[in-house]
Amino acid sequence: MSDAIRLTTPLTDADVEKLKIGDRVILSGVLYTARDAAHARLVDLIEKGEELPFDPQGQVIYFVGPTPPPPGRVIGSAGPTTSYRMDSYSPILISKGLKGMIGKGKRSKEVVESMKEHKAVYFGATGGTGALISGCIKEAEVIAYEDLGPEAIRKLVVEDFPLIVVNDAHGGDLYEKGRALYAK
Amino acid sequence: MREVDVSLITDAVKRMSMEANTRLGDDVIATYAACAEREESETGKSILEQLQRNAAISGETGLPLCQDTGVAVVFIELGQEVHLTGGELKEAVNEGVRRGYREGYLRKSIVADPLRRKNTGDNTPAVLHVDVVPGDKVKITIATKGGGSENMSGIKMLKPADGVEGVKDYVVERVREAGPNPCPPTIVGVGIGGTFEVAAILSKKALLRPLGKRHADPFYAALEEELLEKINRLGIGPMGLGGSTTSFDVKVEVHPCHIASLPVAVNIQCHSTRHLETEI
Ligand code: SF4
Repeated sequence: MSDAIRLTTPLTDADVEKLKIGDRVILSGVLYTARDAAHARLVDLIEKGEELPFDPQGQVIYFVGPTPPPPGRVIGSAGPTTSYRMDSYSPILISKGLKGMIGKGKRSKEVVESMKEHKAVYFGATGGTGALISGCIKEAEVIAYEDLGPEAIRKLVVEDFPLIVVNDAHGGDLYEKGRALYAK
Repeated sequence: MREVDVSLITDAVKRMSMEANTRLGDDVIATYAACAEREESETGKSILEQLQRNAAISGETGLPLCQDTGVAVVFIELGQEVHLTGGELKEAVNEGVRRGYREGYLRKSIVADPLRRKNTGDNTPAVLHVDVVPGDKVKITIATKGGGSENMSGIKMLKPADGVEGVKDYVVERVREAGPNPCPPTIVGVGIGGTFEVAAILSKKALLRPLGKRHADPFYAALEEELLEKINRLGIGPMGLGGSTTSFDVKVEVHPCHIASLPVAVNIQCHSTRHLETEI
């Protein structure tokens, strides 16, 4: 395996453009969490021309709904959720400057196209390793939609979050490529 | 009649919902290790190693294995010689879930209504299946089932003429379509026969059998092996990134059915296969 690439958020077009499917990335910095319910509200605000709880420019959204933090921890278990549920919302956020998404599972053609058009990247994290990933999360704060519980928008500070580039800004798809390599 | 106070059921459900979310079965841990050994893809191997590390960290810290601590699916085999006292069975189970999910810092993932979608805040109600069986015991099995893999499940009413080949095609097709979404390596539960709803329940019950343990009927044991081999030739691999371990196992359960029918249900279980049982 090739060496991992270290990146810190926010991401620039240049950061995104050099990434290729299959690259291992170690990500640090601020991430925003959102699942479907929060995405629906964000897109609703954009459609009404209202201000968002955070500016998506250069940012990375992590699709996660963590478990509650036990005493002494900033967050509970916090692995990725399945991304296709966000497919209908992602393109508009990407058009507003969102540079990265972290989740698991396939994305739609529309999302892949908008990543190509606006230079964004989709990272895969390992689903079902929420206890392991929790250790990379140093700070967590609910910044919007507390009423959504696990689906609220949180601002996280992460250190050395291990990811893999699944869809790059050039139209590549690691799921297709990986499967073709090992299909018999 | 043996009297059993339902508070015992509440206690058992509470304990098991907490324990199931932080401790995998020995069969699962052993399967992770064996598959990490033989996985052909380097990325796939590293993912299987992450699963092992995650399980160890969960055990040490008490953090749930996965943030999706699931819907609590509870199967009760109620001995017909048992007289339940002290309250209602359904409420006793829900109270166990309520306490377990609160005290275990587990995620509350249930909405009260499928379309209006307001979270109930305590992960109730559980999904409860009760079978009345001979004897004077209460056997409780809990499976905490994540949404990601549940969403990739499916059912099809085949024609009898489709036969075993039709069943194989449908199962493999479901797994192929699910691709990376249900957190592979998966375990594939297959329910064949019965009616529409029986096939679905069988496919979920099939997932409770320990990994590596085959169906008692050699015909179905062979079918399980063949399906597993076909699935692992798809190349989907750990987390769908390519590899030779797409599923850890395939479990088939069957039931008699109507002369006109051949229902087949596929319930997909992610690698985080969490279930426990106890007897009162
Ligand atoms: S599919 Fe399973 S392992 Fe993956 S996120 Fe859902 S519950 Fe966790």
